[in-house]
Amino acid sequence: MKINKLYLFLIALALVAPTFIYPVFLMKVLCFALFACAFNLLLGFVGLLSFGHAVFLGTGGYVTGYLMIETGISPELGVLAGTAAAAVIGAVYGKLAVKREGIYFAMVTLALAQLAFFFYLQAPFTGGEDGLQGVPRGSLFGIIDLSDNSAMYYFVLAIFLFGFWLVHRTIHSPFGQILKAIRENEPRAISLGYNVNDYKWAAFVISSALAGMAGSTKTLVFQLASLTDVHWHMSGEVVLMTLLGGMGTIFGPVVGAGVVVTIQNYMSGGELGNYIHIIMGVIFIVCVLAFRSGIVGEFQKLMKKNFG
Amino acid sequence: MITASHNSFVSLGDVMATIFGINLFALSGQLLVGLINGSFYALLSLGLAIIFGLLKIINFAQGAMYMLGAFFAWMALNYMGINYWAALILVPIAIGIIAILIERFLVRPIANEDHLYSLLLTFGIALILQGMFTHIYGSSGLPYSIPDELKGGTKLPFMYLPNYRAWIIVISLIVCGSTWWVIEKTKLGAYLRAGTENPQLMQGFGINVPLITTLTFGFGVGLAGFAGVLAAPVYSVSPEMGSNILIVVFAIVVIGGMGSIGGAILTGLLMGVVEGLTKFFYPEASTTVIFLFMVIVLLIKPAGLFGKEA
Repeated sequence: MKINKLYLFLIALALVAPTFIYPVFLMKVLCFALFACAFNLLLGFVGLLSFGHAVFLGTGGYVTGYLMIETGISPELGVLAGTAAAAVIGAVYGKLAVKREGIYFAMVTLALAQLAFFFYLQAPFTGGEDGLQGVPRGSLFGIIDLSDNSAMYYFVLAIFLFGFWLVHRTIHSPFGQILKAIRENEPRAISLGYNVNDYKWAAFVISSALAGMAGSTKTLVFQLASLTDVHWHMSGEVVLMTLLGGMGTIFGPVVGAGVVVTIQNYMSGGELGNYIHIIMGVIFIVCVLAFRSGIVGEFQKLMKKNFG
Repeated sequence: MITASHNSFVSLGDVMATIFGINLFALSGQLLVGLINGSFYALLSLGLAIIFGLLKIINFAQGAMYMLGAFFAWMALNYMGINYWAALILVPIAIGIIAILIERFLVRPIANEDHLYSLLLTFGIALILQGMFTHIYGSSGLPYSIPDELKGGTKLPFMYLPNYRAWIIVISLIVCGSTWWVIEKTKLGAYLRAGTENPQLMQGFGINVPLITTLTFGFGVGLAGFAGVLAAPVYSVSPEMGSNILIVVFAIVVIGGMGSIGGAILTGLLMGVVEGLTKFFYPEASTTVIFLFMVIVLLIKPAGLFGKEA
């Protein structure tokens, strides 16, 4: 009951947020938060570190961008198509990646993502180095014009809440319990008769589809799909958001995305922009050495100690 | 060359150069480039495999250390007047010392945690190094000239072989070969292999395992520094050089499996040659061919060509 009140409060906050915070910034946070939530489903709840999740973000973005420009379909269908494309690639990549474990899994996903990166660099429909620019936002269901930022914001919020709800549902379903069992003790899960690789694969597909949905939405918000979204830096960024926020927690990725996007926005303007990678590297090292539970994880520990 | 063969005054060399419509000059040129890339792949994946053997971690900063090696060589020449030959010895030692400090103070405290954390830690180190050098030197490359002793080249029947490129292949084969020999054939290597199998037991025999681990990390990373110095005259010295090659080396490590030192070296060279051949026959796929090869290996033999685990 207590937790439901928290959710209602947060949703109410998100509904009124654009009146005092710049909506484009909020939409950026929401897109990355969804991306990080999708990633966290794998890392936090199955224990799989994918180092190539940018490929799903980028694929969603490219497919949506291409369709919006070339066919002028409505944005909800564009997002749906981007999500589906990311899910298809996720299904193929996932099948390959679950063949290896641990560190090898990370290397395989990174290499597969680089394969896609070079493909998108050369493919005729991605605009190469320039990317797809001037993607129209279109009208939602053919009625609501999304070129207005506040209308767009509520569309993004709805997509985010759907994705967040889906992750939440997945984690708390019997399927999610088996995922956690695999994370905690894979040999035992196998001995209980679960086909571990199939479960990992299913989680991988859900995660990549949601990452694609985040990418599609992001393309609509910024009206741009570019190579930045498929670059390995982006894969590193989502790892950082999740680690910093607290992997394996529900809200961790959202908080982590908020913090990282805020840092980036704050720094990108001035001279400090050059330091962004150095600072991200330092945050990585500090998180790994001293702060492994992340912001939300540490907060939960603190609450438990004092009030629990 | 192809247009020359349509000319009625075709020299003998040109006739020899084109067989079955394949331009042998261009082919052997790409093969040479492939072997050179392969030499760097071999040095880097050998370093990764050695470190993985004892520490069971993947050093994500291996590419950054390769970049650091090239930059140190450039800085040594331009700020201190230290020439290529001295740099080839001194820079790997300096990189090795940096690596030893990293192992001692950053990697060891989390040695007992999930190995994914050490991957993320070394990723952070790589980001910092790349960010620092981009900030100081910009992302465009710096030139480093070939040492005087290795300028020029040799004319072979089918190709022109620049001396420096021949040197890269020879010296990397020597370094990889002697590393293989030390690990597989000497007493020191026996300690190393024993440490890979069962560190507790070896500690019980009174051998200082933590020291061996630290030195191994230093040596494995030092190899990347060595590769960096070697690469400085052929590729331009730039902050990006490390990350680009590292992801390819990761794919190579997945292809070869890290169970065998010889396997890591062979796979590195082989993939360089495959890449070179692709550049000749189907250049559009040259950037992706190694990753595609990895996909095929994952489908047919998931443990890798030389992998031991099931």
